[in-house]
Amino acid sequence: MVEVTDVVCSLCGCVCDDITVEVEDNKVTKVKKGACSVGKSKIMGHNRIKSPAIRVNGELKDCSYDEAIKKAAEILAASRRPLLYGWSSTVCEADKVGVELAEELGAVIDNTASVCHGPSVLAIQDVGLPSCTLGEVKNRADLIIYWGANPAEAHANHMKRYSYVSKGFWTEEGKKAKKLVIVDVRATKTSKMADVFLQLEQGKDYLVFSALRAILYGHEEVVPDEVGGVSKKDLLETAEMMKGAKFGATFFGMGVTHTGARQNNIVNAIQMTRAAHTHTKFTITPMRGHYNVAGINQVCTWETGFPFAVDLTRGYAWYNPGELSATDLLIRQECDAALIIASDPGAHFPGESIKHLAKIPVIQIDPFPNPTTEFADVVFPVAVSGVEAEGNVYRMDNIPIRLRKLIDSEYPEDEEILKRILDEVRAIKEKEDK
Amino acid sequence: MAEVLIRNGVVYDPLNGVKGEKKDICIRDGKVVESVKNPKVIDAEGRVVMPGGVDIHSHIAGGKVNSGRLFRPEDGRKGLEAKTKVCRMQSGYSVPNTFAIGYRYAKMGYTFVMEAAMPPLAARHTHEEMVDIPILDNAALPLIDNNWMTMEYVNSGDMDLLAAYVAWIMKATKGFGVKIVNPGGTEMWGWGKNCSLNDTVPTFDVTPAEIIKGLGVANEKLDMPHSIHVHTNMLGHPGNFEITKETYDLVKGIKTSKDRQVMHTTHTQFHSYGGTNWGDFESKADAIAGYINQNDHATIDIGSIILGDTTTMTADGPMEYNLYQITGRKWTNHDVELETGSGITPFLYSGKSPVNTIQWAIGVELALLVKDPWKIALTTDHPNAGPFIGYPILISMLMSKKRREESSADMHKVIYDRALLPSIDREYDLNEIAIITRGMTAKALGLHEHGKGHLGVGADGDVAIYDMSPEETDAGKIQKAFLNTKYTIKDGQVVVKDGEVVATPDGKTYFVTPECDDKLTDEMMVKLKDKFDHYYSVTYNNYAVQDAYVPNPYEIKTQMRG
Repeated sequence: MVEVTDVVCSLCGCVCDDITVEVEDNKVTKVKKGACSVGKSKIMGHNRIKSPAIRVNGELKDCSYDEAIKKAAEILAASRRPLLYGWSSTVCEADKVGVELAEELGAVIDNTASVCHGPSVLAIQDVGLPSCTLGEVKNRADLIIYWGANPAEAHANHMKRYSYVSKGFWTEEGKKAKKLVIVDVRATKTSKMADVFLQLEQGKDYLVFSALRAILYGHEEVVPDEVGGVSKKDLLETAEMMKGAKFGATFFGMGVTHTGARQNNIVNAIQMTRAAHTHTKFTITPMRGHYNVAGINQVCTWETGFPFAVDLTRGYAWYNPGELSATDLLIRQECDAALIIASDPGAHFPGESIKHLAKIPVIQIDPFPNPTTEFADVVFPVAVSGVEAEGNVYRMDNIPIRLRKLIDSEYPEDEEILKRILDEVRAIKEKEDK
Repeated sequence: MAEVLIRNGVVYDPLNGVKGEKKDICIRDGKVVESVKNPKVIDAEGRVVMPGGVDIHSHIAGGKVNSGRLFRPEDGRKGLEAKTKVCRMQSGYSVPNTFAIGYRYAKMGYTFVMEAAMPPLAARHTHEEMVDIPILDNAALPLIDNNWMTMEYVNSGDMDLLAAYVAWIMKATKGFGVKIVNPGGTEMWGWGKNCSLNDTVPTFDVTPAEIIKGLGVANEKLDMPHSIHVHTNMLGHPGNFEITKETYDLVKGIKTSKDRQVMHTTHTQFHSYGGTNWGDFESKADAIAGYINQNDHATIDIGSIILGDTTTMTADGPMEYNLYQITGRKWTNHDVELETGSGITPFLYSGKSPVNTIQWAIGVELALLVKDPWKIALTTDHPNAGPFIGYPILISMLMSKKRREESSADMHKVIYDRALLPSIDREYDLNEIAIITRGMTAKALGLHEHGKGHLGVGADGDVAIYDMSPEETDAGKIQKAFLNTKYTIKDGQVVVKDGEVVATPDGKTYFVTPECDDKLTDEMMVKLKDKFDHYYSVTYNNYAVQDAYVPNPYEIKTQMRG
C-alpha cells in the first residue's frame, strides 16, 4: 500500500488539492482525508464505458480504438458544420488539441460555460470583475455572501477551505468573527448557517441588487418597503453589514446566472460590488461548476481570443454567443455532426437541442457512460483525469493546479484520442486535396 | 549541418562595436560562426542588418493578459486573420492571442520577449501561454515585492534569508528575475488602500523603500543576470518624478559583480510627471533624464504612448482602480493571496487630450534626453502605453525631428507649453536604434552572455534584415521597414520572409536557478512551510511549476555569494 498526498480533486471548481489517498495494486483503495463525499466517489471510481464502440443498426458495437478513430475522423471530415462541445471536465492539454481540431475542421467550438456561467462572462465583458483568489478571502474576509448558490451541497468544501468556516491570517478565529449572508429563493443547508438569510422571490435578483446598490450609494429613500420579497429593514441591515465589513466577498451561482435577467443580474451584482467599494474592500467571484470550466475558458481565450461560442468556419475566430453557442446551433438544426467530450448535453440541454443532437452523428469521448452515450454513434472510453491522467486545470478563481496521476489506466488519455483524430482528419484532407 | 550566409548587409551590432559596416554574417547549427562552407545564401545587399530584437518589458502571457482578452472581445475583433498553411488563427490588437504575439513580434525582427510580471501562484498559467507563443524565446519576471515572506525578512533585516526565498521563488516559478511593482501598495490594496515610498505598510511594518533596498541587496547576493526590475510607487500621479528620483537614490550604494545597472526602472514615462494635479500636469522628463545622465547605477525603459485605444494591465491594483475611476469604463481586478494583485481597464490615449498629449511627449523626450543609449530601452509597456506593434512608429519619431513636428502639430496645443519635445533637435541614428532595441536590452538582462542581442561568434543565429538602406531618412519608409522585415532569422532558420511568416519553430524559455547554502534554505523553508500550512489555498507540493510547462528550457545557474 502506498499513501499519496496532495492529491488534486477533479470534480468541482473548488479543485481541493490537499487530499490523501491509499493506493494498492494499481487501485485507489481509500480516500483518507481532504475530499468531500462527491469528490471521494469520483476518486474511488465507478462504472465506466468498457470499450470503444460504433453504433451499427441502432446498437453500439464494441470495436478497436483504431476503428473508432477512423470512423470519428470520417464523420468530422465529411461534416459541413461540425460542433465540438464540452471540454470542462478534462485538462487544458486536451483542450488545446480541441481548439486545434476545431481550427482544422472549421468547426464551432463551445464549452459548458455557455449553459452555465456564460452569462457571467457576458457581464464581465460589459463591466469587468473585481475579484481575488480564494486564499485572499480565507485570510481577509469577515463578510461572506453567497447569492443563488448552495455550497453546503454543491461545493461542499468551499466554506471550509476558502470562506466562512476557514481560518486565515486576519481571520484566525474562523466563523466566530465572520458574518454569513445567504440570498436564495428557498431555504437550503447553507442558509441554515446564515446570520442573515434573504429569501427572495424567484427571478427578482435584479431588483434586490438594485436596492442594495441604491442604499450603498446613500439613496435609501428610493427603496420601497419591500423589494422582491425582501423587507427594506433586512436590506438596510445587509447594507450596513457590507459597509461595516473590513473585507467582503460575494460568491454567486446558477441561481442568478440563469434566472430572470440572466447576464444583467450579474452586471448588477458586479455594480453592487462597485457600490460597496465606496465604503470598503469588496470582491465578487462566480462559483464555477466543473473542475476545469475556468480552464477551457482560459485556453479558448488565449488561443482564439474568445472564451466560448467560437465559430472557426472562416479560418479565424468569430465570437457570438446567442448565435453560436451549442444549444442555439442545435435548436436551429444547423450542425450536421458533433464531438462531445467531458460533458453530458444529453442530460443538460433543452429538449429541442437534444432532439437534433440525437439525429446527427455524435462522437463521444468520456470515461463514464451518461445520457449522451444513449445516442452517441462513436464512443471512446478514456482515462479519468486526476486519477489516471495528469494535466493542468484552473480553479474557479483561475489559479492553475496540475492534476496528479494516481494509478495507471488501460484507457488512453483525452489528449491522445484527440491528437489521433486530428492526425486522421489531416490525412483524409490531404488525400482529398490530391 | 545547417548553414546560412547573410551576404553584404550593412550590419549594426552595437555590443561588438559594429556601426553600420558592410559585412557577412555566418550561421551554423543556429549559432553565429566565423565562416561557412555550403551555406544557404541570403542576399542582404545594402540592407540594414541587426541582431534579433530583445524586448525588456512586455505583457504577453498569463492571468491578466488573458483576462484582458476575455473581457475585451471588441479588441479581439480588431486583429482577426485566418489561419494559413503556416500560421494559426490570429486575433486582437492591444491583447492579441498567443499566436499573433509570436508572428507580429517576429515580423518586426524581434526574437526574444520578457514577460514583465508573473504572479508566482499563477506562474503555471504564464508558462502555459508562453508555450503557445510561436517563434519567440521568452522569460518571465516573478513578482516578489508584496510577498509576505519578502516583507517579513525585510522587516527583520535577514538579507541572506531573503535571498534564499528569492532563490526558491525563481526555481518554483521558473522565473528569470526580481520584479517589483508598487511595493507595499499592492498588499495595502488587499484592504482597498495604497501607499507611497516612505509610508509604513501596516502589519508588516516595512516601507516600500526598505523593500526595494532589501530586494536590491538580495538580487546581487544571488548574482542574478538581471538587476531588480522596478515599477516605482505612485505610477501615473502628477508630481511623482520626485518619488522616482528618490527610488533611484535608494540603491545607489548597492554593489554588483556584474557589468550592469543595479536597478532597472520600467515604463518611466508614467513616473516622470510634474505638477500637482491634472490641471497643471507637466513633463519632468528632463529631471529624470538628468538623473540618469549623472548616475550609472540605474537604467530605464521609456513606456512610450501609442495614440489610440489600448488595454492597461498591471500588478499595481490601486493604480488601475484610479484609472477606472477617471474613465468609468470596465475594470477587472484580481488580488493574489500572500503575493500580489492585478488590475485591468481599457484606455484611450487621445491627441486631443492635454494630459495624454503631455504623456505622449514624455516617453519620446526621455529617449531623446538620456544621452547614453546604453541606459535606455524602447518599450511601450505593451499594452499599457500602447501595443508593441507601435514600436516602428516610435523608431521613426526618434529618427526624425520632422516626423515629431508633424505629429505634434496634430496634438493638443499644450505640447508647446508644458512639454519639452518641440525644443529637442536630437535624432537617433540606426546604431542607437539597435542599442535601445537589442544591445542595451540584452545587456541589461544579462542575456548578452547567453547569445542574445549581438552577432559575435557564438551568439544565437537570430538576425533581422530590414528592407531599407542605412541612408534612409523618410520617416514613413523607416516605419514600414521596421514593421515588416525583409527576413527574420531565428536560430539560423528563416521565420519571416518579405513580411510574411514562413516558419514557426518553438521558442525557448530562459530561467535562472540560484543555488544557496542548504542550511539557509532549510531555515527559510520553516517559515515558508508555515505560510502554506496556514495561509495559502494550495499546498506546498502543488505550487511549483512542473518541467512539463517548460518544454524548451534554457537554464542559467547562479551561486549565492557569501
